[in-house]
Amino acid sequence: MAAVKEAGTPIEGYIQVDPEVTRDGDVVTIDCRGIYYKHVNEAVRSAFAEGATTVRLTNVNGQRYIGTGISGKGLRIEVEGTAGQDLAMFMDGPTVEIFGNAQDGVGNTMNAGTVVVHGDAGDVLGYGMRGGTVLVRGDVGYRVGIHMKAYEGHVPVMVCGGKARDFFGEYMAGGMLVLLGMDTRIEGPLVGGYVGTGMHGGVIYLRGEVEPWQCGKEVGIFPADEADMKQLRPALERYCEAFGVELAEVLSVPFTKLVPISHRPYGKLYTYV
Amino acid sequence: MPRFEPLLERMPTTRTPEFVDRTAPGGAAGERPSYTAEAPFKIHGGCGLMGICDESGSLMSGENAIRAMAVQRDRGNGLGGGFAGYGIYPEFPDHFCFHMMLHDVRAKEEAEAVFDRHFTVDLAEPMPTRPVKGISDAPLLWRYFLKPDPHRLEETEMSEEDFVVHVVMLINSTVDGAFVASSGRNMGAFKGVGFPEEIGHYYLLEEYEGHTWVGHNRFPTNTPGWWGGAHPFTLLDWSIVHNGEISSYGINSRYLEAFGYKCTLGTDTEVAAYLFDLMLRRHKLPIELACKALASPLWSDIDRMPEEERALMRSLRAVYGPGMLNGPFAIVLGHNGGMVALNDRIKLRPLVAARQGTIVMVASEESAMREVLDAPDRVWAPRAGEPVIASVAGAEQPFHDDLHLSADEVSCAVTGVVETCETVEVN
Repeated sequence: MAAVKEAGTPIEGYIQVDPEVTRDGDVVTIDCRGIYYKHVNEAVRSAFAEGATTVRLTNVNGQRYIGTGISGKGLRIEVEGTAGQDLAMFMDGPTVEIFGNAQDGVGNTMNAGTVVVHGDAGDVLGYGMRGGTVLVRGDVGYRVGIHMKAYEGHVPVMVCGGKARDFFGEYMAGGMLVLLGMDTRIEGPLVGGYVGTGMHGGVIYLRGEVEPWQCGKEVGIFPADEADMKQLRPALERYCEAFGVELAEVLSVPFTKLVPISHRPYGKLYTYV
Repeated sequence: MPRFEPLLERMPTTRTPEFVDRTAPGGAAGERPSYTAEAPFKIHGGCGLMGICDESGSLMSGENAIRAMAVQRDRGNGLGGGFAGYGIYPEFPDHFCFHMMLHDVRAKEEAEAVFDRHFTVDLAEPMPTRPVKGISDAPLLWRYFLKPDPHRLEETEMSEEDFVVHVVMLINSTVDGAFVASSGRNMGAFKGVGFPEEIGHYYLLEEYEGHTWVGHNRFPTNTPGWWGGAHPFTLLDWSIVHNGEISSYGINSRYLEAFGYKCTLGTDTEVAAYLFDLMLRRHKLPIELACKALASPLWSDIDRMPEEERALMRSLRAVYGPGMLNGPFAIVLGHNGGMVALNDRIKLRPLVAARQGTIVMVASEESAMREVLDAPDRVWAPRAGEPVIASVAGAEQPFHDDLHLSADEVSCAVTGVVETCETVEVN
């Protein structure tokens, strides 16, 4: 077994040069090995500006802000490797598909579009997400879906296929957050503690059960009924389509629904009566 | 890459920004900083860290540590980077090695006078460095391989380790312009103001080989970036790298003072190093318990534990209440037997781990491990408050591996109160 990679990677870290770009019709491939994130993201933006519809990023390792702030429908970014912090932050429309794991802060304040993660995702996934869809095949970290929100037609949807840690859906204000517990390497319960603490909008669906002590006192716990499953089904179908999972397998375990019991849980916290 | 304005210009500090002729005979002109006073505020901010340990004891180049930090470059701002390596001085395995940062020749002479009173110095030499763009204003950097003077040791009736700790505290608190960067056996800390890859390059780390390395990238937000204030912080062979903020610094430092530790650096990370020393070396707590004392489970979690575990955790929290680290943190503790990585109890700072064969690695970001390991068997995010422990086979572990002390045993080990100890069976 090779203990560590061969030396040769520059000792000074990322190189601040333009990456190697190859073009094949509408598809542009960018080799990101050792390239600083700024240069990678500039190359992505120029590729779209010059008419590419798909940008494939190879040898990604920790580069930040991939897809961040990019607007437009029909644009597609494929990431091979480990995506860095704040992927798809403020993104408005494109689809980003990651063939690997994602680090922290994916979909931060994302507006529209789709993020598909074939591996695991880190902490604060979908922080303040305002629209669009995030699908994760594997496990997710702490504070996932924190302060997701919805406004009129903008309803964010996130489906996590594995298990989640503490503070799932904390301060959630809108949208739909789903946890399946299927594709996981985490031992123990489906989700950690403080689920939906401070939640005052939106809905959380858990495939399986949750103990009351795991949940914030601001949420009510109910078995998902027929109407709930109807609402949930399109999200599950998208998940199954993205990862080639059988819907019947997903539906083989009853779901639990968490919804807020107050719209203003802290309404009296800072007021004098 | 645009650099942030150096914080030194805007921070109250005794450091003079002008050129200092450190090698002037008799010491540099002007006021000499007391390094005690130089960092008057606690340090916190977003940082990056790493640790790597080959449990087989095989040595690896410091370049691995540099590369792991280089991909996490943007977690810091160039105002502090550092590393510690273990097993790097096989020629002097039994000597304590003092890595010294010295403001000028006078500080060096005064520190050496302290050494002469306490130690036999077998080798004193300047640290090997190379010029690196981005690194400037380095203090004089020297290393000393030394052993406690047997007569002084006998006089003071201290263990060798306690004696060394005493001298470290003595220098850091009384010799202006002198700072002990590390003081352990067969290990050393290499740190300064700069990005970590620059610092690593500056100290020629790729020429050292160690079984365990820790590294840090600093983003100081409200204290000056200064050479001694970079991580790791060390004592004996403990080294700590830390991302986060220890809000309980005040109570922790008062608690430590009662055990003879002097918190001289004005940084929150220092208390973590001393708390580990207290709990592991002096109180001989198992590492798992020490971690539970530092990142205690919440009372609501303790209430749900099985009876025996509940009693132990209650006892631990009661005994070590002032030693609990409050606030967001991820830390890596390096030592001659390996390393321990630990998060605060609600994971307010990132920590990811990986294993490949006998190599265990931790870092703030997964990319650091992908950079160094070619095919990790496993990559995972450790749970909050659950330590990741790597132990070098055959190395002396500085702590018990008995993981099942009773509540009474813990109280006894810590307080030494006769009534509690009477209930403890001694094997």
